[in-house]
Amino acid sequence: MQQMPWLESAALSILVPAGSQRDPIGLPGLASFTAEMVQRGCGPFNSREYLDQLDRLGAARSASVTNSHTRFSAAIPANRINDTLTLYRELIQTPHLPEKQLEDSRLVAMQELLAMEDDLAQKLLRELRKRLYPDPYGRSTTGTLESVQAISHQDITSHVTNFYVPENAIISVAGKIEFDNVIRTVEQLFGSWQGRIQTEISETPPLEGHHHIQHDSSQTQIGIVYPSVAYCHPDYFLARSAVGVLSDGMSSRLFTEVREKRGLCYTVYAMCHTIKEHGCVLAYAGTTTERAQETLDVMLAEIKRLADGVFDDELQRLKARIKTGLIMQQESSSSRSISMASDWHLLGRVRSLTELSELLDQVNTKAINEYLKANPPQQFKVVTLGQQALDTSGVERGSHE
Amino acid sequence: MSEVRFRHHTLRNGLQIVAECNPNAYSTGLAYFVKTGSRDETEEISGVSHFLEHMVFKGTPTRTAEQVNQQLDEIGSQSNAFTSEEQTVYYCAVLPEFQLPALELLSDILRPLLRQDDFDTEKQVILEEIAKYDDQPPFGAHEKALAYHFQQHPLGRSVLGTRETVGQLRRDQMLNYFNLRYSAGNIVLAMAGNVDFDAVITQLEKQIGHWENYDTQRDTPRAQPNSGFHSLEKPSAHQQYIIQISNGPAAEDDNRYASRLLALIFGDENNSRLFWEMIDTGKAEYAVVEPSEYQGTGIFLSYLCCQPDSVQEILELYQTLARDIQEHGVTQQELELAKSKVCSHIVLRAERAASRMFGIGNNWVQRGEYTSIQESIKRFQSVTPADLAEVLEKYPLTQCTSVAIGPTKIEHM
Repeated sequence: MQQMPWLESAALSILVPAGSQRDPIGLPGLASFTAEMVQRGCGPFNSREYLDQLDRLGAARSASVTNSHTRFSAAIPANRINDTLTLYRELIQTPHLPEKQLEDSRLVAMQELLAMEDDLAQKLLRELRKRLYPDPYGRSTTGTLESVQAISHQDITSHVTNFYVPENAIISVAGKIEFDNVIRTVEQLFGSWQGRIQTEISETPPLEGHHHIQHDSSQTQIGIVYPSVAYCHPDYFLARSAVGVLSDGMSSRLFTEVREKRGLCYTVYAMCHTIKEHGCVLAYAGTTTERAQETLDVMLAEIKRLADGVFDDELQRLKARIKTGLIMQQESSSSRSISMASDWHLLGRVRSLTELSELLDQVNTKAINEYLKANPPQQFKVVTLGQQALDTSGVERGSHE
Repeated sequence: MSEVRFRHHTLRNGLQIVAECNPNAYSTGLAYFVKTGSRDETEEISGVSHFLEHMVFKGTPTRTAEQVNQQLDEIGSQSNAFTSEEQTVYYCAVLPEFQLPALELLSDILRPLLRQDDFDTEKQVILEEIAKYDDQPPFGAHEKALAYHFQQHPLGRSVLGTRETVGQLRRDQMLNYFNLRYSAGNIVLAMAGNVDFDAVITQLEKQIGHWENYDTQRDTPRAQPNSGFHSLEKPSAHQQYIIQISNGPAAEDDNRYASRLLALIFGDENNSRLFWEMIDTGKAEYAVVEPSEYQGTGIFLSYLCCQPDSVQEILELYQTLARDIQEHGVTQQELELAKSKVCSHIVLRAERAASRMFGIGNNWVQRGEYTSIQESIKRFQSVTPADLAEVLEKYPLTQCTSVAIGPTKIEHM
C-alpha cells in the first residue's frame, strides 16, 4: 500500500500465482484461457452485469498473464476503492466459469494466437524467450493452436482451484487511500480465502544456438540476448545502468550509432529483462533485408564495447532520466501499484521511491566499469525473422572471454 | 484542484502560449503544436511534414544533432514528437526545475538548419519507418481507407508518404515547406503542471520574439459522404483486417461529446455492443469504433480483425448492429454507463501533467478554447439520448467506406 494523498485516484493490482510457468505439460496457454473464462461472470453477476458494475465505478482496467502470475488491475476515482475491491474479490474467489461459454472462450484464445502470427516483433520475442531462460520460465503465455484446442472445462476449473489461491498472491493498492480502511476491507474480503499452490516446478534448460525464422516481410527483425543478473541480485543496478548507457534516451549508444549516424533503422533498443530467478539483456532492431547484416554487426559491436566501460557524462544523463521517471511515478497510482506488486514478487518487499533514489545516487562509473570488466557481455544468442538468414559466425568474435 | 489556473498570452509575433498551471504538480509538460500536417501537403511532397519533424531534432545554427539529443537527456526529459493530418507536435516532460532549459532547447530546435547530410541519412530512417508499417497490421489499410473515403479531399493523404514521394523529396522542397508553415502565428505552445508562466513569457519574448509571422492558410472543406468496399491481398497475413470509415462531427461541432459517447456504446473495446456480439463470442479478435475530429470534417473509424473465412459474417454483423442502433438508438442505461466511464477516465488521465498538456494544446489548436476538467465532465454529463439520435441521423454508421486486407481477396459484398 502507498498513500498518495495529492491524487484523486486509487489503483489496485491483484496477482494470483496462475502464471504460464504453472501451465501443465502439454497444455501451454491454460493460464491465459483460464483468465479469459474467469471474467465471464462471478458471485451474483453474470458477465454483462459484472462489466456494467465496473463501468459504473469508472474502472480503467486490465487483465494479463505473465510467467509468474495472472494480474488484474484497475484504477478508479479514489472514493470507489472499497466497491472495486469487492468486485475483484468475486472475480478471484467465486468465478462461475460457465461451461456453455467454453467454446466462445476458446475462439477468443485462437483469435489471439492467429493475430500474434501477424505481429512479427512478438513472434520474434516469443522465439527469443525460449532461449533466455530454462523452461518453464522461457515459455510464452498464449500456448499453441493444438494446446488451446485440447483444453477442457475440467482443466480450467482445476487450474482455478490450484492457482487462484492466496499463497504467493499479491494485492497492491496505491493512491488517495486510508491505510486502515484498505486493511479492514481487504481483511474482510480476502481474510478467509484459502488454498495452496498444487504443483512443483521442474526446470529444463533453455534452447541453445542462433535461429532464423523465414518470413516474407519488408524488414528483418533482429533479436539478441545474453545472460545478466536478476532484479534481486546486488549487482542489478550496475548491470541496469550499463544497459541504460547503451539504450536509454536519444543520446544513448545504440540510438546514436545505429539510427542517428547510420540511418539503419527506425526502432532499436536494449533492455534488462528480469524474472525472479534469472535475468538477461535483450536487444532488438527492425531493418530492411539488405541492411540487416550491418545492423546486427553494429549492434553487437556496441554491446561488446560496453566491456571497455562507460563514461561519467553518459551516466549523468542516465541518472537524470531515471530520476525524472521516479518522480513522475508520483503522478500515477496505477504505475505505483503495479511496480509495488512487482517489487514484492521479485524481492519479497517494496522499495520506496526514496530508497530507489538513494540506490541511484550510489551508482558510479567506477563500480559499473568493474562490474562490466568482470562480466563482459558474451554468450550471445541471435534470433532473426525475415527474408534472409544473417551471418552469425562472428557473433562471439572480439568478446572478452 | 482549486489552485489550478489557466493562463494565456500572445507574443507580438502572434505565437500563442496556453498553460494550465498547478503549483502542486510534480512535473511540467511543454509542447509546441505547429498547425501543419499531411493535409497541408501536395501530392509531390507527400510525407514532408513528418520527415521535417525528424529533421527538427538534427541541429540548429548553435547545436549539432548530437548536442540536441545529449541536452534533452541531460535535463532528464521524456521528449518526443509526432505528426498527424493537421498537427506536428514537439513535446517534453521534465521536472519543474528544468522547465526553462527545456523550453530554451525546444524553442531553439524549431528553427532547424536542415543540413543536406542529415537530410540524406534521416531519409533512410523514414524509409525504414515506412517499411516497418508495411509489415505491421493492418498493413497500410488504414491509409488506403482514408484515401478511398476522402478521395480528393486533402485529408485523404498519408502522413508518412510513400517510398516514392519520400525517396524523391529534396532538401529545398522541405525548406520551402518549412518557410510556408512554421510561421510564429501558426504555432501554439501548450504547458501543464508546475508552470512558472511569467518566467516562461519573459524567456520566450527574448528568445523567439523575432520569429516572423506571415499568412498561413488551410482549406477546410467538409468531406462528402462516401461508401464502397475494397479488398486488398496480403499473402503473408494470417488474419483479415477491416477498416471502415463513416462521416462524423468536425472538431468545431458541439455534438462531438455525443458522438464520443455513441462510439463508446457502439464500439468501445470493452462492454460495448460490438464487444458483446463480436469479441465475447470469439467471432472477431478486435472490434473498436473511434471518432476522429478534424477542422471542418470528422469521421468514425472502425477497426475489425477476424479470421479470413468469417469476413462476410463480420461485415454483415457490423451492418446489422449499425442498423439496429440507427433505428432504435441507445438505452438510458447504456448512456449512463458510457458517461461514468468517460468521466472517470478524464479524471484519471488528468493526473499526469503531460497528458493534460496534450489535451489543452489540442483543444486550443482545434477550437481556440480552454476547458477545465470540471467543465469537460459537465458537458459529457449533459448529453441526452436525443443528442445521440441527432448524431446518428446526421452521420449514419451504416454508410461507410470499407477496406479489407488479408491472405485472400474478398469478392464484393
